[in-house]
Amino acid sequence: MKDRPVINIFFAGVGGQGIILASDIVAELAFRAGFDVKKNEIHGLSQRGGSVTSQVRYGGKVQTPVIMEGDAHFLVGLEMLEALRWAHMVRPDGRIILNRHRILPAPAVLGEAEYPADAAETLAEYAATLVVPAFETASEMGDVRMANSVLLGALSAFLPDFSADDWTAVLSENLKPGTLRANLEAFDRGRKFASDAADKGKAV
Amino acid sequence: MTEATENMSDKRKGLMFLSGNEAVARGAWEAGVKVATSYPGTPATEILEALGGYPEVDCEWSVNEKVALEVAAGASMAGVRALASMKQVGVNVAADPLFSTAYTGVNGGLVIVTADEPGLHSSQNEQDNRYYAKAAEIPMLEPTDSQECLEFVKIAFDISEQYDIPVFVRLTTRICHSKSVVRPGKRFEPTRKQYVKQARKFSMVPSNAVQRHFDLERRLTRLEALANTFEHNAHEMRSLEVGVVTSGISYRNVREALPDFSVCKIAMTWPFPGQFVRNFASQVKKLYVVEENMPFLEEEIAALGIPVEGKQQLLRVGELSATTLRRRILHVSPGQKGPVEGLPPRPPQFCPGCSHRGIFYMLGKKKFVVSGDIGCYGLASLPPYNAMDSLICMGASITMAHGFNKVSDPNDRAVAVIGDSTFVHSGLTGIANLVYNGGVTAVIVLDNGVTAMTGHQPNPASTWKLGGKPGDMPKPTLDIEAVCRAMGVEDVTVVDAYDMAAVDRAIEGRKSSGRPAVIIVRGPCTMVDRRRRGAYMVSGDCVRCRTCFKLGCPAISVEEDAVAILEFLCTGCGICAQVCPKKAIRKACDSFPDKGKAAAGEDESPADKVK
Repeated sequence: MKDRPVINIFFAGVGGQGIILASDIVAELAFRAGFDVKKNEIHGLSQRGGSVTSQVRYGGKVQTPVIMEGDAHFLVGLEMLEALRWAHMVRPDGRIILNRHRILPAPAVLGEAEYPADAAETLAEYAATLVVPAFETASEMGDVRMANSVLLGALSAFLPDFSADDWTAVLSENLKPGTLRANLEAFDRGRKFASDAADKGKAV
Repeated sequence: MTEATENMSDKRKGLMFLSGNEAVARGAWEAGVKVATSYPGTPATEILEALGGYPEVDCEWSVNEKVALEVAAGASMAGVRALASMKQVGVNVAADPLFSTAYTGVNGGLVIVTADEPGLHSSQNEQDNRYYAKAAEIPMLEPTDSQECLEFVKIAFDISEQYDIPVFVRLTTRICHSKSVVRPGKRFEPTRKQYVKQARKFSMVPSNAVQRHFDLERRLTRLEALANTFEHNAHEMRSLEVGVVTSGISYRNVREALPDFSVCKIAMTWPFPGQFVRNFASQVKKLYVVEENMPFLEEEIAALGIPVEGKQQLLRVGELSATTLRRRILHVSPGQKGPVEGLPPRPPQFCPGCSHRGIFYMLGKKKFVVSGDIGCYGLASLPPYNAMDSLICMGASITMAHGFNKVSDPNDRAVAVIGDSTFVHSGLTGIANLVYNGGVTAVIVLDNGVTAMTGHQPNPASTWKLGGKPGDMPKPTLDIEAVCRAMGVEDVTVVDAYDMAAVDRAIEGRKSSGRPAVIIVRGPCTMVDRRRRGAYMVSGDCVRCRTCFKLGCPAISVEEDAVAILEFLCTGCGICAQVCPKKAIRKACDSFPDKGKAAAGEDESPADKVK
């Protein structure tokens, strides 16, 4: 375990999307699996609908909690513009897991700036990008707040260190009992979507 | 600690996964701390919140940092261990007791946690509080992860009692808000030290103080010897070509970015362990210092006559990430393209339903000079509100406006805007000064009954205390309206934050009335009071004049070129409906499950009242 290389996961999204809980779940999973883990996020003003990031690093020994630029094995984008903003964090041989979802920032609402039209194409220039219809899936299931469970499901397909049961255990302890069953289903849908895509070579 | 954390500890043989702030709290608890005080401030807030979970500790949100430190110093004098935690600028407020408690020393251990903010993620400056340790002549420890946070707080209490001095523990944002694996211990229950009257030690009249200053210098000499042999300072010898002196989070970034370099890790930053660093320097060919913000260690090393490089390569501004160190010291760029260029920014905005929105819309529209203060409402400085001219420190809204208005024409006078928590922290003195000195300033108090920006901590204008919940008390302990009247403000008025016509009437004229006035704009924080009043929608009468965009509401957006209200974000505050010149924004009653109630007036919004 001590010599295991460190895996870096960078989450980017908008304040209020639930990014902290999503990254807490991944960090706890790694902690329970016996890894050294560090997790970092910035609180404060960023909670008011601004850009929010959170980072999880786990492996044999982790020094800094902050991922170096171009060194994230995974960039999980909860929102497309925010994924673009942090695209330079991902390794060229890493993977971007992207929620197909736009939240217009104030300058775009005011007509002072354009929301980028080709987010997925631009991201693909940085690393292999898997576009996940997490927002749509969650909407279909009746609650857009489950989009993060879909995304975590997709991420889980690329993390062989943790079994589906490990995920279920941590999700069960961190989500409200009333919403758990639906969230677990959302997680499964995301996991299946990513596995199917990987089989078809879509995300390469 | 919380239940969740205890559960987790079972799963990994007694280990915990804690933030630096939680680990500080755990360490203080293990050290037997009895009294803990703080005023909320990012990134320090969660220390007291975590301590509030330990029943053995008497915790309080004090009204400001000076008060917090004095309360802790009093508990220390009475013979128990006490801790005061605060953000970096909070130490400015607490500086008065800080310098003199160094003279008096302690009875029970006294630890002060300063949480500094390189990178100013949520602060007005990047001040480097290591200089406070040097200026006040008290020792300072700097942990590099959560495990050291826990250990160093315990050590700090021991040093405090052994050397009769308050001890600083300095964190930075990345230490405070990073979680890492921690091995906790058990609580030590110190016996309460007896309080013996010692006026010559605790009463700093000049004749006593000068003797205590001599004593402080003797204590410092002993502490310097401790620093040079401190077991957590370390020489980590690798390549002898370059050695790096570093501390705190910079140590972790150096280890990440420069893994082959020898490192001199400084855990006790003050008194500076000069001999320890000199021994390290003599073993390496070239000596670097890596430290965020000011060249504190570098100056101490240079003063010893040791050649050293630091700020020639590294900026004083912002954080020093591992990426930055690789770029500036190894001249290695990341193996990835740079950031995508030309992306629209995503500035934070007032939350949907925020009770600050209406007043700042109005102040911006009237183009008043607005003397601002510290809180969520600092966002009013930014577009689209553009309704705050200045913001420097807690309480300065009232006093700066008073100064500004001494020389302004009546029509150009500034109004002061201050939140309830900031008002209690440092606004009361400004009101007393304003009235006593014949000022003419109108002060707008934004009363949402909570310290919102730091995560909704209570204050004397709230209806609960640490560990409680909103509504625990029938009314706040501090009545802002009554306090202002008692201090001599004759013109005190209260308005509903969501009633735009009333807000307009309240501020119109008072700016130039020629006497002090207080306008309390009252409305709950929408993150605390989660009641929703039914979403609004945009009707076909919309002419796309964009007036509602000036409210900067996240719930107001555009969908297929039409103005739209995002139902899942809209709280039904009704401010947009009141500013719409075409009355095109209306309640979406059909989508509101409680429409019966609304119709019965129980959930009536001010927008309906205006009509």
